Amino acid sequence: MRKALLPSLIIIATLLLVIRIFYLQIVDETSKLESENNAIKKQYEYPERGYIFDRHGKLLVANQASYDIMVIPREVKETDTTEFCQLLNITKDDFIKKIEKAKVYSPRLPSVFLSQLNKAEFAAFQEKLRKYKGFYFQKRSLRDYEVNFGANIFGFITQVNEKLVAKNPYYNSGDLIGRQGVEESYEDLLRGVKGVKYIQKDKFNREIGSYKNGKYDTIAVQGEDINLTLDAEIQKYGEELMINKRGGIVAIEPKTGEILALVSAPSYDPGILVGRQRSKNYTALYRDSIAKPLYDRGLLAEYPPGSPFKILTGLVALQEGVIDENTTVSCRHGFSYARGRFMGCHCHGGALQLHRGIFESCNSYFATAYMKTINKYAKPSYAVDVWSKHIKSFGLGEFMGYDLPIGRRGNIPTSKTYKRIYPNGGWRSTTIVSNSIGQGEVLMTPIQLANMMATVANEGYYYTPHIIKRIEGHKIDKKFTTKHVTTIDKQFFKPIISGLFDVYNLGTAKGLRVEGINICGKTGTAENFAKIGGVRVKMEDHSIFVAFAPMENPKIAIAVMVENGGYGATIAGPIASLMIEKYLRKKITRTDLEKRILETSLQSRYAKLGGLSDIVKAQLRAADSIKKLKSQPAQKVKVDTTKAKKQVIAAK
Amino acid sequence: MKNQSITNNIDWISIIIYSVLVILGWLNIYSSSLSSMEGTSDKQLIFIVLTIPLIFTVVSIDGKFYEKYASIIFGVSLLSLMGLFLFGKTIAGQRCWYAIGSFTLQPSEFAKAATSLALAKFLSDTQINLKETNRQIQALAIIFLPVLLILPQPDPGSALIYSIFIIVLYREGLPAWYVWTGFITILLFVLTLVFEPQYIILAALAVLLFVHFKSRLADRNAIMSTILLVLITGFVFSVDYIFDNVFKQHHRDRFNILLGKSVDMNGTGYNTNQSEIAIGSGGWLGKGFLEGTQTKGGFVPEQHTDYIFTTVGEEWGFAGSLLVLGLFAGLLLRIIYLAERQKTKFSRVYGYCVAGILFTHFFVNIAMVSGIFPTIGVPLPFFSYGGSGLWGFTILLFIFIKMDANKVNEW
Repeated sequence: MRKALLPSLIIIATLLLVIRIFYLQIVDETSKLESENNAIKKQYEYPERGYIFDRHGKLLVANQASYDIMVIPREVKETDTTEFCQLLNITKDDFIKKIEKAKVYSPRLPSVFLSQLNKAEFAAFQEKLRKYKGFYFQKRSLRDYEVNFGANIFGFITQVNEKLVAKNPYYNSGDLIGRQGVEESYEDLLRGVKGVKYIQKDKFNREIGSYKNGKYDTIAVQGEDINLTLDAEIQKYGEELMINKRGGIVAIEPKTGEILALVSAPSYDPGILVGRQRSKNYTALYRDSIAKPLYDRGLLAEYPPGSPFKILTGLVALQEGVIDENTTVSCRHGFSYARGRFMGCHCHGGALQLHRGIFESCNSYFATAYMKTINKYAKPSYAVDVWSKHIKSFGLGEFMGYDLPIGRRGNIPTSKTYKRIYPNGGWRSTTIVSNSIGQGEVLMTPIQLANMMATVANEGYYYTPHIIKRIEGHKIDKKFTTKHVTTIDKQFFKPIISGLFDVYNLGTAKGLRVEGINICGKTGTAENFAKIGGVRVKMEDHSIFVAFAPMENPKIAIAVMVENGGYGATIAGPIASLMIEKYLRKKITRTDLEKRILETSLQSRYAKLGGLSDIVKAQLRAADSIKKLKSQPAQKVKVDTTKAKKQVIAAK
Repeated sequence: MKNQSITNNIDWISIIIYSVLVILGWLNIYSSSLSSMEGTSDKQLIFIVLTIPLIFTVVSIDGKFYEKYASIIFGVSLLSLMGLFLFGKTIAGQRCWYAIGSFTLQPSEFAKAATSLALAKFLSDTQINLKETNRQIQALAIIFLPVLLILPQPDPGSALIYSIFIIVLYREGLPAWYVWTGFITILLFVLTLVFEPQYIILAALAVLLFVHFKSRLADRNAIMSTILLVLITGFVFSVDYIFDNVFKQHHRDRFNILLGKSVDMNGTGYNTNQSEIAIGSGGWLGKGFLEGTQTKGGFVPEQHTDYIFTTVGEEWGFAGSLLVLGLFAGLLLRIIYLAERQKTKFSRVYGYCVAGILFTHFFVNIAMVSGIFPTIGVPLPFFSYGGSGLWGFTILLFIFIKMDANKVNEW
């Protein structure tokens, strides 16, 4: 018994130690992570981001060197702070605060003192840098915008948020990432792959050499250059035409689905989201809840499309065989579709056939056609689904699948929609007749309108709209080269197209003809209401216009929407025809029309909707002064909120 | 002829395990000192080479010498400990070194062997009966004399080692209640740190009442139980008082780390935390020789001395750790096996002492490094850097190997 005590103790103690070591080394995983965190440092080499070109190879977005001033607080010696602050254009308070902040992070490790200085700002400081012990600089690559338009298409670069860092192992805190636009949708290609160097550290966090002789190190892979389908000329022109208006323009090449222009107004100079003023400017844009410059109206604005939708109503009615080219409807400046229900009409009245129905945009004609379509089947719910299927074959009521990160479905009602609205049933063709003229439950975005026109131009097929044209060494996504065919037979497009052609010759857009170009188009107006002071007020209609040209061999399909622009032919129509002329001819013959549009400002109308933001006020004022100086059309002006505020104060 | 008999009878198993441990120890010292402590491993290599003449000397000396001169060796050892108060050199706050030029010697490392010899000599007298209180006091005096000299240096780690002699005395007939008292004392100590004193006293009262009324075996009277309760109460409160008022904050922290109470990981908690990280990061097979990132970065303090096992854990993984633990356990059990087959009581007791001392070092060191024991400076035998330690343990072990080899000649 007494002999057994020590051996037992030895065996028990050894087992205890084995269990403990087993727990530490095999069961508990935390120490492995902590080990990596405290002994190996990953040093990243960031590749240069790929350039962005337009469809003709014009450089739109490049890179520029930028400089971060770094500081190691412990090494900072007594310096001439006044001179230092002057060189960097900061106050002495800023200086003290920044040094304190760096000290809190670590007195021994470098932290960013001042970030994103451009070459000019840095040059003056660089000469004197040697004088300031403890300060040094770090070069980084930032976006350099060669153009002052296309902000909504490019998106911007920002620091990755912590949520994504946790989700995606590629990103580390503080890395830059593309947000919105092509910077976001082609982030993986544009950014390249960063290189990693593993560095062994000691307990003082000092580097003591490479880890395993660089066995795991990788070299950075440069970002790919990309060509967009964008035509820089008309994109720029479109943005100019939209100055002092709100709305969107989408232009598509029908034969390919390539997006030629994607304008959203108001917009901003992409260059203001680079450099030292970045976060200030971004906050100003973000906070502008009135003009919403970050809201891409070309992709996101859902409206009842109004008259352009009659094209589809006509096509479905033809396909379903409930009308033909000769079907006649008589219009008495309106349409009584049920007892006490009357739909007004602006057409010249009388007996109309399809052709005139289109170019005069007769409500009665298409309401009749729609009701015939629905009444063809015994059950309205079945009929609506048949109709809905035809409409959806144009890519409507769904996300289109284009390569930009944002979008809206729009809405094409089905029988389910009405089951929800009328749970007790009892709805009939007359109940839903406003769908026929693009009101009711129908909602579309400008890009859907443009795609609709592209499909009509193609007589029954479309390619998913896309912004990417070419990526060096890669193929573009197959879904952009797959033809989508509608449920409407080709033959039915002919009469519709001829009607659309006469919109310019005889109809609602008579005044907008371009000599020598056969344009097919359709005006539209969307009613809209706003709450002002708690009262629902009918606002000026949204002005809508859709078109394609030339009729014989369509090269461009376009949709223009101007918020509160009024009748379709007053603003949206001219913009569409100017864009078409610019694209097909590269020059404008109707300079008076161009001048009128450029000078049109709807800001006074928007002012009623909740006032104008400081940014817009500054833009207006700047535009005025430029006009006075050069007596030229308004130019785009860089957004600078400090300037705007100063001006506001000065005005007071 | 005589030499031949020694080589024939010598226990090669122990020697092989010893050699493997020394070589493994040096490899790990080499790795842990590579990046920051140049020259450390070279010095240790010299210490190791010097053990060879030392071993030959220890083994060549006549077996009877150790028994005959045990008291004198013990006396010299005590003198060397006393001399520290006059001539000792203070390193890192501890006055436990003699400095001869750049060379330092730590007498407490040799005192363990001397004490073991003295204890063995005392117990080998056939007249000694540890049931007698006088003899118990004498035996405990031998143990506590060096402890009294070592504690004020201060070197609590070395002093702690001597507690294992109680187990040796128990093997030779010391009443069991000494051992029980020891265990219960330790238990009460830990419990006091974890729980409030009043709960422990209530629990003790409950246990005593239960024993008093239910147990038919122990015919204890009420007075004994009351005295016991008073003693426990006194102990618990004094521990509580000492912990809160006498201990310094860093002492308290060492215990608090183990008890899972929150401690600043950049202060006292740093050692244990880094040591656990280093061992834990090894995984099954470790990162490989010279590849330990924690070792290279020098994150673990005192890694080549008391924390040498962290290098084993990080670079050789669970496989390597298991090997080292196995070698130690094997050596300890082998020594006990050899001790039990000794023909003389002297060499048996000495063998037990050797096993006990090595075991205490081994357990306390690895338990500390792996975070289940408070931070106490105790080296890992044969592994940790240091000449005095290596030689002290070598002498300790080889005196016994000599005795074992010699047993056939003893009649």
